[in-house]
Amino acid sequence: MTINQDDIKKIAYLARIKISQEESTLLEKKLTGIMDLIDKIQKIDTDSIEPMSHALDINQPLRKDEISELDIRKKTMPLAPEEEDSLFMVPQVIE
Amino acid sequence: MLNLSLKQLSQKLNDKTFSSQELTEFFLSRIKQYNKDINAFITIDESLSLSMAKMADKKISKGEHKSLTGIPIAQKDIFCAEGWRTTCGSKMLENFVAPYNATVIQNFNDIDAVNLGKTNMDEFAMGSSNETSYFGSVKNPWNLRCVPGGSSGGSAAAVAARLAPAATGTDTGGSIRQPASLCGFTGLKPTYGLVSRYGMIAFASSLDQAGPMAPSAEDCAMLLNTMASHDHKDSTSVDHKKEDYTTNLNRSVQGIRIGIPKEFFGDGMDASVQKIIEEALDKYRKLGAELVDISLPNSDLAIPVYYVIAPAEASSNLSRYDGVRYGYRTKEYDDLMDMYFKTRQEGFGEEVKRRILIGTYVLSAGYYDAYYLKAQKIRRLISDDFKQAFKKCDVIMGPSAPSVAFGSGEKKEDPLAMYLQDIYTISTNLAGLPAMSIPAGLSNNLPVGLQLIGNYFEEGRLLNIAHQFQLGTDWHQKIPKEVS
Repeated sequence: MTINQDDIKKIAYLARIKISQEESTLLEKKLTGIMDLIDKIQKIDTDSIEPMSHALDINQPLRKDEISELDIRKKTMPLAPEEEDSLFMVPQVIE
Repeated sequence: MLNLSLKQLSQKLNDKTFSSQELTEFFLSRIKQYNKDINAFITIDESLSLSMAKMADKKISKGEHKSLTGIPIAQKDIFCAEGWRTTCGSKMLENFVAPYNATVIQNFNDIDAVNLGKTNMDEFAMGSSNETSYFGSVKNPWNLRCVPGGSSGGSAAAVAARLAPAATGTDTGGSIRQPASLCGFTGLKPTYGLVSRYGMIAFASSLDQAGPMAPSAEDCAMLLNTMASHDHKDSTSVDHKKEDYTTNLNRSVQGIRIGIPKEFFGDGMDASVQKIIEEALDKYRKLGAELVDISLPNSDLAIPVYYVIAPAEASSNLSRYDGVRYGYRTKEYDDLMDMYFKTRQEGFGEEVKRRILIGTYVLSAGYYDAYYLKAQKIRRLISDDFKQAFKKCDVIMGPSAPSVAFGSGEKKEDPLAMYLQDIYTISTNLAGLPAMSIPAGLSNNLPVGLQLIGNYFEEGRLLNIAHQFQLGTDWHQKIPKEVS
């Protein structure tokens, strides 16, 4: 599978990463190399195989929906790059 | 203090031969002396470490001593530790001071072990040489021109140079075992789910597992006793009966069946590594073990499958770094989208971006079935190979890594060559099995590790089998000349 400049543009948009033209040129070769490695799996017949999403096929445990930790805001809000009155500040989204 | 085992350190703290404060000061002074050359630590906080040591001394004087009380332990910088800068080796988290403790950190705090500092690592644990860290590469104490392996390379170098008596690591595709092999000590990746992932910064959630890194199997058993716990805060944490992993260390290995996978002994392994691995297997034979030929027919698919699943999960996990709630935010931007794009362009390093892009690609519309789903199916084939193999043997052995430590910069620009470092380790992460690396010899004064793979929850057995080898060898006690 060859990854071209258009593919890179598309996936970089989906991943929300700005890629310069120079980076994109370098990525083309490296990503294609990685996809060539990955494409080895295409040769394998997996029609009757159940996909394995976790190492141990365990069930998701359930618990009561109870508040276990109070006042996390005081500890976490100061970590924000920009905050005001315990709100995250971002550029205006809605006019 | 330099080469005492954790058991000996524990005894000497308890009988007050020295205090935790003295022990912690000893290792902090070694860090001061050697870290500028090795770069094993990202963050050192003497006052925090020493206040923990003083607290431990108080507990000891009150007779409240537990196994690791007062012992300084280096923590991989992937574990959130309240009040400590926790970077995960990334510019994205350069100034992130964790607001809470990972369960692994909490478990050590609960028995008053001392946090000696946060160790360097490949950025977001993506790498096999510790050259992708934003905080500079780590050097191998056996040869400063070589890499220590990765991604737990800082922990590995710290243990190898005895800048810490023990450390923690995490292993998604080999990140404990490969650096343990390249730096010459013992490292264990437990069964998936045995150690809580809560507060451990996520890379590939279905593969990530934390484990101990220390000179000997006995040390690792003591560390695992503290690290393993069932945790309601991690939905994949397994409710496994609490074990004491030191109990069966002294069992004989007479009659155990060691499976030798033919796929691990083909091309790709250096001859010098092969020679040492075969000598180690011979030692086991002399201890009464039986060597059995086995096959893991889908081994060659482990790397391709891993490079679908791990980047896919990473692309999802790393979407949280958006410059809004914590972490890095770009300085100049026009609007919200521009802020996301530039934040992630500037905050992530090259290898991380590559993996996010690959992961995004294989999960994107039209490719999901051909890549992600297909890889998950082959993951089951790889896992089934091990199930078949364990019908014939009790433990599987082979090399941990295809070569000894390689030169800094040698593979940095060639991701595919770097990925091959994990050729023998990745399949056990995909299957979720426990595996370890133990030092088996030196080739040109660089360590070689023997890998032991066990069945699910057989950590006790693995540690026992490793310990029996270490009773008759001293590779795990060797310290590089330059730092001894």
